[in-house]
Amino acid sequence: MDTKAPPKTDIVCIQNLTFSRGHRKIFNAISLDIKRGGITAIMGPSGTGKTTLLKLIGGQLYPDKGNIIVDQQNVHQLKRTDLYTLRKRMGMLFQSGALLTDISVFDNVALPLREHTALNESMIRTLVLMKLQAVGLRGARDLIPGELSGGMARRVALARAIALDPMMIMYDEPFTGQDPISLGILVKLIKELNNTLGLTSIIVSHDVEETIGIADYIYVLSEGKVAGHGTPEQIRNSDSEWVQQFMKGDADGPVHFHYPATDYKEDLFQ
Amino acid sequence: MIDFLQKLGQTTLTSLGKLGRGYFFLIHTLVGIISVLSRPRLLTKQLYSVGVLSFLIISISGLFVGMVLGLQGFYILSDFGAEETLGVMVAASLVRELGPVVAALLFAGRAGSALTAEIGLMKATEQLSGMEMMAIDPIKRIIAPRFLAGFLSMPLLAALFSAIGVIGGQLIGVGLLGVDDGAYWSQMQSTLDFQDDIINGIIKSIVFGFVVSWIALFEGYDAIPTSEGVSRATTRTVVNSAFTILGLDFILTALMFGDI
Repeated sequence: MDTKAPPKTDIVCIQNLTFSRGHRKIFNAISLDIKRGGITAIMGPSGTGKTTLLKLIGGQLYPDKGNIIVDQQNVHQLKRTDLYTLRKRMGMLFQSGALLTDISVFDNVALPLREHTALNESMIRTLVLMKLQAVGLRGARDLIPGELSGGMARRVALARAIALDPMMIMYDEPFTGQDPISLGILVKLIKELNNTLGLTSIIVSHDVEETIGIADYIYVLSEGKVAGHGTPEQIRNSDSEWVQQFMKGDADGPVHFHYPATDYKEDLFQ
Repeated sequence: MIDFLQKLGQTTLTSLGKLGRGYFFLIHTLVGIISVLSRPRLLTKQLYSVGVLSFLIISISGLFVGMVLGLQGFYILSDFGAEETLGVMVAASLVRELGPVVAALLFAGRAGSALTAEIGLMKATEQLSGMEMMAIDPIKRIIAPRFLAGFLSMPLLAALFSAIGVIGGQLIGVGLLGVDDGAYWSQMQSTLDFQDDIINGIIKSIVFGFVVSWIALFEGYDAIPTSEGVSRATTRTVVNSAFTILGLDFILTALMFGDI
């Protein structure tokens, strides 16, 4: 492993990104930079396209306009083979886990190792057990994903995402659906992985407290724009009404809880 | 009127787009087969679920189709006093037509629908995009082994269908209706031609195996990733496979057996 300190450049630069689904503009010329080595959180209410953003960074979706530069490479101009080489260095944790349902937990974690390395089975076994130990599921290696709870499946997926020791991991809503104990462990785990492996972590989440607790830098998205960004402290003290409403979970504010509709009374007594 | 034209244009564009995607999908899959050859374990697993598990339905259907052919053939042929040629009739119908066609229809219903549902659900549960994010090409790892398995299984299943059908015809014709056993087999041997009948039948089943696997896997891969989308894709696999099999069968028959 490279022992030199990683260059202090930004690992992901998003420039003027515009993306729409159908007629709805999900991102409207947003720009954001993600620093190497830290934990960056991207927050915002459901439906602001947080998962879409991760898929754009991973090159699974194509933007209408704008560039995404990951590790100094423009993701959407790479050739297929180069994109795949880049993806080997990015781990992604899907909200559902996205484990292969027909093979065991062990084989799921071993999959990227078997596909991308020439290691022999005994080394693969050692590595897989180490990764599973890190997420506390070494004993569950022979289960198939159908026998796991949602939270466990996500931890297996985390073990799989770190199997190849990537340079960065993207977490899609890692805290949703975890019980308090695994939540606490998971928060600790993300932090530890980030520090010990020298990773860059991108967390997409709407769980304010957990995310604020571990993030070094936060972007808050709203309606296709960056509504605010800064360190957790700066975000807490932000003077943007929007950011304040999101952080405190207020019902009143610039964001409406209700989907746009006609007048309630009129609708009832029609 | 404008509405109608608009709809027509929309439908044409949608289906052309799908055709194009299907074509690229096929090319990508065929390229992916090369990497499957170096990892036979992926293939054997699929050969089992696509091929071996279809054994029962193919054998039982083959037996009954052969028995029906034995009955019907006997009644017609005995009118002309030609019941000795029952073996020829049963075997020729099976090897040339019924074997490849009925086996392919059953294969589309049994294995094709399963493949579509499996791939569609893998897409819906993000397994496919999860693999892509791990830099594993799902077409190479998931689609290509299944395609190859379908392509290899189909001719074998069709041959099995025909063979069991011939035995079914013999059970009824010889066992029940009293056709001479020697005549049943010897007439069959002397009349059926290896090149014209058997090889042509095998070619048909190879073609059907190719298109059914292609349709089934592509419909799954192209499915809208919701429960409704997967269910519609599964239906489309069975319906489109049936149309394609029957249409291609006509064309192939005309080319092989007609004097065009």
